[in-house]
Amino acid sequence: MLRRIWAVLQKELIQTLRDWRTLLIQLSIPMIQLFLFGYAISMNVEHIPTAVSDQSLDAASLAYVQALQASGYFDAVMYVPDQAGVVAAMDASEVQAGIFIPPDFAGKVARGEGQVLLLVDGSDIFTSQSAYNAATAVSQNHATDLLLQKVTRAGMVSDDQTLLPLTTSARILYNPNLDDLWFLIPGMLAMLLQMQTVTLTATAVVREREVGTIEQLLVTPIRPFELMIGKMIPNIIIAFVNLLTIVGLGVYWFGVPFQGDFGLFLWLSLLFVFSGLGLGLLISTISQTQKQTLQLISLITLVGTVLGGFIFPRYTMPRWIYYVGYIFPMTHFIPIARGVISKGVGIEYLWEQVTALAIYVVLILIVAARAFRERLD
Amino acid sequence: MDDYTIEVNHLSKQFGAFTAVDDISFRVRRGEVYGWLGPNGAGKTTTIRMLLGLLRPTSGEARVLGFNPASEAKKMQARVGYMSQLFTLYNDLTAAENIRFYGLAYGLKRRQLRRRHAEIIAMAGLQGRERALTATLSGGWKQRLALGCAIVHEPEVVFLDEPTAGVDPISRRQFWDLIYEMAGRGVTVLVTTHYMDEAELCQRVGFISRGRLLALDTPQRLKETQMSGRVLEINTTHPDRALRVLQEAQENGRFPADEIALYGAQIHAVVPGSDDAAAWKEPIAALLAEAGMVVNSIEWIAPTLEDVFISTVKR
Repeated sequence: MLRRIWAVLQKELIQTLRDWRTLLIQLSIPMIQLFLFGYAISMNVEHIPTAVSDQSLDAASLAYVQALQASGYFDAVMYVPDQAGVVAAMDASEVQAGIFIPPDFAGKVARGEGQVLLLVDGSDIFTSQSAYNAATAVSQNHATDLLLQKVTRAGMVSDDQTLLPLTTSARILYNPNLDDLWFLIPGMLAMLLQMQTVTLTATAVVREREVGTIEQLLVTPIRPFELMIGKMIPNIIIAFVNLLTIVGLGVYWFGVPFQGDFGLFLWLSLLFVFSGLGLGLLISTISQTQKQTLQLISLITLVGTVLGGFIFPRYTMPRWIYYVGYIFPMTHFIPIARGVISKGVGIEYLWEQVTALAIYVVLILIVAARAFRERLD
Repeated sequence: MDDYTIEVNHLSKQFGAFTAVDDISFRVRRGEVYGWLGPNGAGKTTTIRMLLGLLRPTSGEARVLGFNPASEAKKMQARVGYMSQLFTLYNDLTAAENIRFYGLAYGLKRRQLRRRHAEIIAMAGLQGRERALTATLSGGWKQRLALGCAIVHEPEVVFLDEPTAGVDPISRRQFWDLIYEMAGRGVTVLVTTHYMDEAELCQRVGFISRGRLLALDTPQRLKETQMSGRVLEINTTHPDRALRVLQEAQENGRFPADEIALYGAQIHAVVPGSDDAAAWKEPIAALLAEAGMVVNSIEWIAPTLEDVFISTVKR
């Protein structure tokens, strides 16, 4: 048995190394992706280009616009005379937010009737949400400040008294600065490990079928599971090299802390890798050509990434979609990866997800092996 | 007593409503070169796949070296070789790596592997090209290397499914020399082909068409027993026009031949058995003269295997 696995493994290794271009691409994908997430994108939208139409131009309105800009979310890039000017600037994609302040702002504020209109470009949901939240928060703060000044000036409170009846102090655990990368890296690991193990396994099998070598293999004493193990090992190696690349670059280049036990993480990743191998094997039994295989994999990767909770939180999903998500191994692994890497917790908190993943692995390998065996008939 | 290595009893395979193999029975002796002649889609490959344990028969039973392929496939496969229709070497491996892979797959020990490596390289004529990528080898070499890999474990029975398709005539000839060398060592060879000249080289030939085994015997006996009529070879100045004239005559009943076909520059007409050559020659000569052609000769000839095959399939 070992001899036959060794035969397959040796052949796969030679083939993998001989096709060094493909190998190079496979090994550089995680680096490219990490640098993209690290440098190119930000999930937090700041410095939104903003048009300001200030029809008061008094101390109060200037102070308000100043407060908005000081928050860092808004950059006043143009000044327009009226509301129509703001809309025109947004139509022309020159700005994504606009502030309209009606005449006599200071007087109205003094009477407690101050009103500001915020216009937001709703075609870009990330920006409009940020703009809306930031403007609301800044306005609240500004209004509170004004109120306090008024109350203090009226001598209603003395300086040593607490002015506000309620204050909130927030402490963000695990990722105090809400750094995107800290949040993304565990999910990215899950996504990449899955995509590559699924793709490599599925194409390795389908290629043999397309070329016709599979029939020759099936009449040798090599058993299907020996063939599978031999084919899986090189893919596991590649998957782990990629894992080390991501964790290494994440920790030493981007300064993302690895809170938990790295050894534990490697073991759990191995379990996860097997789920990808099983899924790849299953796909290879469904599809006839490499083209179909790749189409099917991109579909699964897309749906799995969305439903698996890589970026969007799973608990907001409708019940049935939430359960559909369990079909994808990523769904089980992302909480594990976040638990170990970001939270630094151990198996005592993760055993439920780990058990689910283990059951998943066993099930998918059984289904895939059965489908694989029945394929020729 | 005869030593049969392959025994097939009433084997059938259905794919849905389609019957690919229809109640086939035959036996092959040890060391025999047994050929299967038939068009594509006749059921040759399906039968071989059942004998290899890759497909389960719908009904009937097969024995290869005493094993039932449907239930003892892996035990049997260790002593059986198979070269499929598709080219089944790894193009991105070298010749030596292909031999090594199949050798290890069949569980060869290091010393056996070294010996077989040398033998296969010599057999395929690949000395000095061991390290060439298989993709860069030309047809004949690849095909001999594929055979080498299929028999790396020195099997007792070898199935060759259209092994010479798309290979040049000289390589085909060399390949058949290898087949006879194997048979000489007591290896049973079951080979399918649609080349008539190759079928002539087999010790016994089975005619297979639409899933049925229509006839099975030595090429010589097939020619003697399976022809319903005799073959006349007609040499004329305009063979293609003559063919048309004779076919028209066949249709309107003036020339009641079973089969008329062009073979190179000659016309072969299969006519109902009769030793009276003159009774056929006169009307043919008359027909062709009528159409303005000169007849050079009309003679009885021995049927080729192709004549016999067509005659058998038509019946």
